[in-house]
Amino acid sequence: MRLEVICMGSTRMAVAVLPPVVAAILRPAPLAPLALAAKHVLRAVVRHHPGIFERLGTHAHKRFGLQPTDLPFAFVLRPAPPSPTVRVVRHLPERGWDARIIGSIAALAGLADGRFDGDALFFSRDLVVEGDIEAVVALRNAIDDAGLDLIHEATAVFGPFAKPAEAAARSAIGIADKLVRALSISGRAARWN
Amino acid sequence: MELICPAGTPAAFRTAVDAGADAVYCGFNDETNARNFPGLNFSREEMRQALAYAHARGARVLVAINTFPRASAEAAWRRAIDDAVGYGADALILADIGLMAYTAQKYPEQRLHVSVQAAAASPAAIRFYVDAFAVRRVVLPRVLSVPEVAAIARAGLCETEVFIFGGLCVMEEGRCSLSSYCTGQSPNMNGVCSPASHVTYQEQDEFLVSRLGDFTINRFAKAEPAAYPTLCKGRFRAGTNTGYLFEDPVSLDAAALLPALREAGVSALKIEGRQRGRAYIDRVVRAFRRALTALDSGQAIPPGGLKALTEGQATTEGAYQKRWR
Repeated sequence: MRLEVICMGSTRMAVAVLPPVVAAILRPAPLAPLALAAKHVLRAVVRHHPGIFERLGTHAHKRFGLQPTDLPFAFVLRPAPPSPTVRVVRHLPERGWDARIIGSIAALAGLADGRFDGDALFFSRDLVVEGDIEAVVALRNAIDDAGLDLIHEATAVFGPFAKPAEAAARSAIGIADKLVRALSISGRAARWN
Repeated sequence: MELICPAGTPAAFRTAVDAGADAVYCGFNDETNARNFPGLNFSREEMRQALAYAHARGARVLVAINTFPRASAEAAWRRAIDDAVGYGADALILADIGLMAYTAQKYPEQRLHVSVQAAAASPAAIRFYVDAFAVRRVVLPRVLSVPEVAAIARAGLCETEVFIFGGLCVMEEGRCSLSSYCTGQSPNMNGVCSPASHVTYQEQDEFLVSRLGDFTINRFAKAEPAAYPTLCKGRFRAGTNTGYLFEDPVSLDAAALLPALREAGVSALKIEGRQRGRAYIDRVVRAFRRALTALDSGQAIPPGGLKALTEGQATTEGAYQKRWR
């Protein structure tokens, strides 16, 4: 038995990809400030969303390699309580991770804050997963339930200036997103059925 | 027609209610329901909170306890029923006749729905559930054409609920053994089809290769949309032919059939996807809420714009139209 397909073709997720120039500019930058920021965001996420660990269960002790395809660095996340860690590396090593999640930074961030559905990103080939798929599924579900707001978590470090910093960051990201789309540098056309 | 929406997490649950669900279906975080995936589903406390959230907003909660208990292990399933009833679930979705008998005897006032996993596809089968357990609704398996759905609905045995959007199973719901064959685990008994623990993906010569256990399920070319690594959606080579043996990797989208389904006398419309994220829940529920509003006001069904969320990035009207290739 085979079903008749009535609608298929070029419709894709509208996932932006940064132009190569961004990676070129960032390539010589030192990793230490980014590592510090990543550590801060991770700590804030853990503090504000402890339910993540319950959903992750034993998978919290796995190492997740996160590789933004349009940036010249990657992350190795081990969300194990009580002291989760995140490392920033130039390239993900071939070993040293249990699962690897690969996509543009927009796809990864959108997955984290719930703007994108993980299965849809996989169907559209905007996301590649390898290794321990059970751990990836657990992480995806835990993160999706947490309702993370990465910009909010990242700008909270500015204390009394967090609100204007958050507003500025959102404006900057909005402008950058529009620029990327206007320059037609999105990974795939945003066409809907 | 009621809009019945899925939720695999409390956040997805709130999203479904806020997006316009009349009712949300969900399950406990164990093998008592057919979406027993890592990191998914509801603890007892989360279920209590979800019920309170929905009821405060006029939505109902249907608790899926729709796997078949293993011999000598019924306690977990009975405890799930006891807890769901105790928390005030608006209905239980059951598949196993032993559990239906248990519930009907112990909680005669509890509303029961027959799960799609029970594969009740004929008036005679449905009459049995109504007569034996006083079920109030049957979720029809995705094997029926619209005229066949209409015939069942007009028999007036109980309310009918049909799937309108989401992933499709091969037409043996509740009886499929393909996942068991590959992995030893099935949606019917363990609540999980093609468990992630048995799945591998590998990028190979610009192809994405998906495997389930020892079986290669598919090889996707570079720009080709991907699909779930289930045996029923596998692409196999036989002789000189390569193709999908059981079914194509497509999702159901019956939005265009809403007028016909209403005419058929269907009571409720179900969206598949408890394993999906908040983004999917929000967009799909809102799209079908808009569609139902348009239907009620005599307007044309607006385009859902949902294809980017679908498996294989393609949709079908499935068995409703039965235009087999």
